[in-house]
Amino acid sequence: MMAMLPGASAAAQADGDWPMPSLDYANTRYSPLQEITPANVANLRVEFTFSTGIDRGQEAAPIVVGDTMYVVTPYPNVVFALDLAKPGAPLKWKYAPPSLPAAQGVACCDVVNRGGVYWRGKLIFNTLDGRTLALDAATGKRLWERKLADINLGETLTMAPLVVKDKVLVGNSGGEFGVRGWLAALDAQTGKPLWKAYSTGPDSDVLIGPGFRPHYASDRGKDLGVRSWPNDAWRLGGGTVWGWISYDPQLDLIFYGTGNPGPWNAEQRPGDNKWSAGMFARDPDDGQARWFYQFSPHDLFDYDAINESLLLELRIAGKPRKVLVRPERNGFVYVLDRASGEVLAADAFGPVTAIDRIDLRSGRPHYVADRQPRNGKVVRQICPASTGMKDWNPSAFSPRTGLVYIPHNNLCMDWLASEVNYIAGTPYLGAESRMYAGPGGNRGAFTAWDPQARRIAWQVKEDLPLRSGALATAGDLVFYGTMDGWFKAVDARSGKTLWRFKTDSGIIGQPVSYRGPDGRQYVAVLSGIGGWAGAIVVNNLDPRDATAGGGWVNAVSDLKQRSNAGGTLYVFALPR
Amino acid sequence: MCSRCLASALLTVLLAGAGGCERERREYHSTPAGTDARPALTSFRPGGAPLDAAPSALGRHYQDNAFHIGQGGRLFRSYNCNGCHGAGGGAIGPALMDAQWRYGGSIEQIHASIVDGRPNGMPAWRGKLTDEQAWQLAAYVSALAGNVSKAAAPSRRDALSATPPLTQLPAQPTQPGDASAQQPPPQ
Repeated sequence: MMAMLPGASAAAQADGDWPMPSLDYANTRYSPLQEITPANVANLRVEFTFSTGIDRGQEAAPIVVGDTMYVVTPYPNVVFALDLAKPGAPLKWKYAPPSLPAAQGVACCDVVNRGGVYWRGKLIFNTLDGRTLALDAATGKRLWERKLADINLGETLTMAPLVVKDKVLVGNSGGEFGVRGWLAALDAQTGKPLWKAYSTGPDSDVLIGPGFRPHYASDRGKDLGVRSWPNDAWRLGGGTVWGWISYDPQLDLIFYGTGNPGPWNAEQRPGDNKWSAGMFARDPDDGQARWFYQFSPHDLFDYDAINESLLLELRIAGKPRKVLVRPERNGFVYVLDRASGEVLAADAFGPVTAIDRIDLRSGRPHYVADRQPRNGKVVRQICPASTGMKDWNPSAFSPRTGLVYIPHNNLCMDWLASEVNYIAGTPYLGAESRMYAGPGGNRGAFTAWDPQARRIAWQVKEDLPLRSGALATAGDLVFYGTMDGWFKAVDARSGKTLWRFKTDSGIIGQPVSYRGPDGRQYVAVLSGIGGWAGAIVVNNLDPRDATAGGGWVNAVSDLKQRSNAGGTLYVFALPR
Repeated sequence: MCSRCLASALLTVLLAGAGGCERERREYHSTPAGTDARPALTSFRPGGAPLDAAPSALGRHYQDNAFHIGQGGRLFRSYNCNGCHGAGGGAIGPALMDAQWRYGGSIEQIHASIVDGRPNGMPAWRGKLTDEQAWQLAAYVSALAGNVSKAAAPSRRDALSATPPLTQLPAQPTQPGDASAQQPPPQ
C-alpha cells in the first residue's frame, strides 16, 4: 500500500491537540495517536461526561488545545471550556452570548452549530443569529464580535469558522430561504472585515478577476453569476457557504463548496445558476477566485456542494498528483486536480438514478431525463434523495490504509415541484418530497472508499442513515456514531465492529481524538439527536405527513421510538 | 411667489380642510360578542374560575365555512407556511396536525399566533395579510388538526379531480382498430 500523505497536513500543531473540527487544513480527521488499537479497544470505557443542557442537534466537534476542551452548543450557542487537567474535567468557564430567539425560525435544519476553532489564544465561533465572536480562550471573555448575517432575510450562521493566514473565514446558511450566498474573511485579531465573495451576481461581487482560470469552458465568460439566471433571480439564488473549507499552503489556495440554488424548484431558474452547487479555489489574501467547478449545473434536487475536500496525493497514470477528493452529495466521489480544477475521476459510491454519469471532458453530469422535475408532476425513485448520498457530516482519511471513510445515507425520494413565491424571511422551496430507503433497505452505510483503485474497499450497512462524522486514528481504528446512539469503533482495514457504546441520544456530531494532560489518548463525541434528519424527534414532527421535515420524516418515521433528544459530551479512554 | 411660500400656504389650506372634515367615526358593525382581540394562552387564572374556552362567534364563522377553509389552504401555500409547517406535519416550525399547541390550539389563539408572531421563530404577519386572510388561515390550520365542522372540511383535495382515481376505473375491452376512425374527414 502506497503512503498518501495529506499535502497540507498542519504539522505545526502539537500532536495531541484537536484545534479545529477538521483537525488539519487537509480535512483528513486523522489522529496520529495510536494508543488505542484493534487489540485493546474492547476495553475502551467512559472517562467522563458533560451535559450541555441543550437538547437540540449536537453537530459540533469538541475542540482540544493543551489542557482545555471547548464545546459549542446548538442555539443559543453556549460555549463551555472544560479543564482536562482535573479529575472529571470540571467547568473552567462558560460563555452564553445574547441571542435572538427568532433565528430559530429561519434555521432550515434544526438550530445546529458545527463547532468553534482555536487560534492563538482565541476561541472563535458563529452564532445562529448571524454573528462571529472571538473569546479569550483562557478566560471566556469576549474579545470581538461581528454581525455578518441578517435573520430577517433568512440568513443564519451554522458552520465552523476556519482561520487561514490570520483570517477568519465564515460563510452564511439559508439556502432554503432565497438568500444570496457568500464567504467572508475577517481579521482574526480584530474581527475587521477584509473581503467578501458572493456566490451569485456580477464578477466584481464574486471576486472574479483576471486571475480566474476555470478548467471547463462553461465556467468562462463575463458575469456568469448574472447571465446564467433569469432576470434578477441571482439576488435570491442561494449558493450559501455552510460546509467545509480546505487550505493548501503550498498552492496558497482555499477550497470550498457552494450550496443549492434557490428556489429548489428548478423551473423557476432556467440556466446553469452559477456559482451555486459547485466549488471555488480562492486566494486567501484577497479572496480572488482562481478556479471553479460546478458539480450540479442547474441543480434539480437540492444537491448542495458544501461537503469536505480532502487534500491528498494520489498516483494517477503513474504520476503523483496533488488532488482533492470529495464524496459529493450527488452520489459521486470526485477527484479533482487542486491546482486546475480538472476532474480526474468521478465514481458513484452508491445507487444513483438521477445522473447517468459525469462527462469528464465537459465536467458536466448527464441528468437522466425521466428524473427531471416538472411543475405539478410527481417524479419518483430519485436517488440519491435531496439530503444526498452524503450530507455535510465529514469523512476521514487514513494515510496508513489509504482509505477514505465515508459516513452516508442510502435514500431515494419522490419529488413534486410547484411554483413558489419569494417572501423575505420565509422558505423559498417550491418542492415537496418524501424520502425512503434506497436499494437494499439499509438507510445508511459506512463506506471505506479506495480513491486509488476507485472502488469500495469495505462497507458497513446501517439501518438508520448515518449523520455523524468519521474519525480515523493511527491505531488503525475508525469511529462513528449512529442516530440511535451507538458510538462505534471499527477496524480501519476490515470494517469489523470491535467496540460500541450506547449513548443517551442519537449521534450526529463529529468524533475527535486527543492526548490528555496525563499523556493518554482520549476519544470524544457529542451525543444529541437533531439536524435535518433528526428534526422529527427534537421538533416533534408528525409522521402522518410524509413530506414533513423537508421529506426526511418519511424516511425516519420510526426515529421517535429509536432515540430521544439529548445533549451530552462523552469522553472515552482505556483504563489506566 | 416663492415655492416655499406656496408650500406653506398649501399646507395651511390642507390643515384647515382636515380640521373641517373631522367627524365622529360611526361603527357600522359591532364586534361580534365573545371575540377577544387578545385570547389568553392559558385557562389558569388566579381566583379559581377558569376562562371560558368556547370559540367566539367570529371563530365559529370561519371554522364552519368551507370556502374560508379552502381559501386558507390556498393561502397556506401562497404565504409559504408549508415551507415551515409542511403539509401539517411540521419542519422548521411545529406540526399543526397533532394535539400539541405551544401557543394554544383554539382558532382565536391560532389567529393571534399568525398576526402577532411568536418569539421562537414564527414571524408576525401583521400588516402583510388582511384580517380575513389571517382568519382563513387559522380556519385551515384548525382543519389540519380535525377541529372544524365535518360538514365544512373538504373530503378531498381542492385541485380539480377530473376522473376517478385510475385504480377505480372499470376495465374496458381492448378491441382492434375501430373502422369509424378510418373514415375520411367530413367535407
